[in-house]
Amino acid sequence: APPKPIPKTIENQRVYDETTVDPNDEEVAFDEATDEFAPYFNRQTVPKILITTSDRPRGRTVRFCEQLATVIPNSHVYYRRGLALKRIIPQCIARDFTDLIVINEDRKIPNGLVLSHLPDGPTAHFRMSSVRLRKEIKRKGQEPTEHVPEVILNNFTTRLGHSLGRMFASLFPHDPQFIGRQVATFHNQRDYIFFRFHRYIFKSEKKVGIQELGPRFTLKLRSLQKGTFDSKFGEYEWIHKRREMDTSRRKFHL
Amino acid sequence: SPQIVWSMLGNRQFCSYKMTTKTQNFCRNEYNLTGLCNRSSCPLANSQYATIREEKGRCYLYMKTIERAAFPRRLWERVLLHKNYEKALEQIDENLIYWPRFIRHKCKQRFTKITQYLIRIRKLTLKRQRKLVPLRRKIERREKRREEKALIAAQLDNAIEKELLERLKQDTYGDIYNFPIHAFDKALQQQGAESESESEAEQEEEEEEEGVGTREFVEAEESELSDFEDMDKLETSSEEEQEEEEEVEKKASHSKSKGKTPLKGPARRKRPYIEIEYEEETEPTTKTKAA
Repeated sequence: APPKPIPKTIENQRVYDETTVDPNDEEVAFDEATDEFAPYFNRQTVPKILITTSDRPRGRTVRFCEQLATVIPNSHVYYRRGLALKRIIPQCIARDFTDLIVINEDRKIPNGLVLSHLPDGPTAHFRMSSVRLRKEIKRKGQEPTEHVPEVILNNFTTRLGHSLGRMFASLFPHDPQFIGRQVATFHNQRDYIFFRFHRYIFKSEKKVGIQELGPRFTLKLRSLQKGTFDSKFGEYEWIHKRREMDTSRRKFHL
Repeated sequence: SPQIVWSMLGNRQFCSYKMTTKTQNFCRNEYNLTGLCNRSSCPLANSQYATIREEKGRCYLYMKTIERAAFPRRLWERVLLHKNYEKALEQIDENLIYWPRFIRHKCKQRFTKITQYLIRIRKLTLKRQRKLVPLRRKIERREKRREEKALIAAQLDNAIEKELLERLKQDTYGDIYNFPIHAFDKALQQQGAESESESEAEQEEEEEEEGVGTREFVEAEESELSDFEDMDKLETSSEEEQEEEEEVEKKASHSKSKGKTPLKGPARRKRPYIEIEYEEETEPTTKTKAA
């Protein structure tokens, strides 16, 4: 009998993206040493995050913000009260915040996320879907503790994905506390980034048990801007253009 | 004459501008002063009438008199009002000087309301505008389906577990977790070093192996042992030393290694075994060698 053929999956058949990052690429390494996240990765800055919403957040969004704040260490939630983002940003920079997260809400559910690295770093705008709060997740865990979690970034292959991965990594303090045994995962699959927050325990040498605590959500990148949030005059590094980019089922950009 | 017009339009016949609701009648005529359908507010049933209307942010006073009733084109006379609120009020007064009180009063009220809402519009346009983006149903459905499939393809739990085990192997966690194989490898690497530390490590390993109770572990390690002739010799020599130091060291290792209390029972049982089984441990190795 002929040997069984390997089944074709979308990941197998993925159109080769020319911006895929090679681990030994010097150019990329040089870029990363000099981009906006370099101070974070050189441990010069400690991340401090401001989480806010759009105007008049409803209960679900508020609770989601609070849970996010417990997951991300050193983060603060502030209410929006109709303030203009452009005016918030200089104030944040003055108070030493490194990142700004704005959760946009529509019809009482959060559906968008704007993540902006503050001292004029890139701004990423995501569409957020399937948000599950902690009480909706089927698990029997406790609340996330104050320990700094580890970060897992999976499948960020292209250049764009790489910079996004660094952006996510810069949200968390650099030295995870392994005593806490918590891990935050950003898993990219077919341009959808799944966020999960788990507690792990090593049962033996080759077996690990994970228990999901913490909120979960999925993000899809809509646009990446070079400077801080500026819808009119910003310089867009990448925008999702539906007509051009959604044509092929096997082509992904992250 | 206006009375006849009103007797027709008011209650009996059809008026196309009239809108009835349960409690009130409204008038949709654009020249209506109050918006209600009344004898005094109907622009069709009054031959002398005035209104305020605004166009592109400027307010005008519209007036209608009996003299021009025969000329529909010139019926409504329009006066541009001043931008200043008080001056505009004076303008209204001067234009409607001998007009009925009702019309004058209602005109001024309407003018006030209009200026107020114009001010609000101007203020709001300065603030952030909310842009409404229409959702496209087909696209939403497509995205949702793709997300579900991506979720299934991702196999998140497996991926996370794999990643964590990788990190464990690459020693990112340092000395927090001591699992047998790791300690064993370290012992292998430290062959040239002090034998006592090695023997202690081996004791810990052995006890932990047997304590965990999974035979696979024991056999695997012993097969590794069988590969290393040196380790056999070391084991034997260490075991000879052990017999004297067992109790003390075992107690120490008990306290050191993780989760030891459930394992104390079998470990205690093993003490006599170990003393006797100096040969037993080598037997399985010979067995595996034979196999």
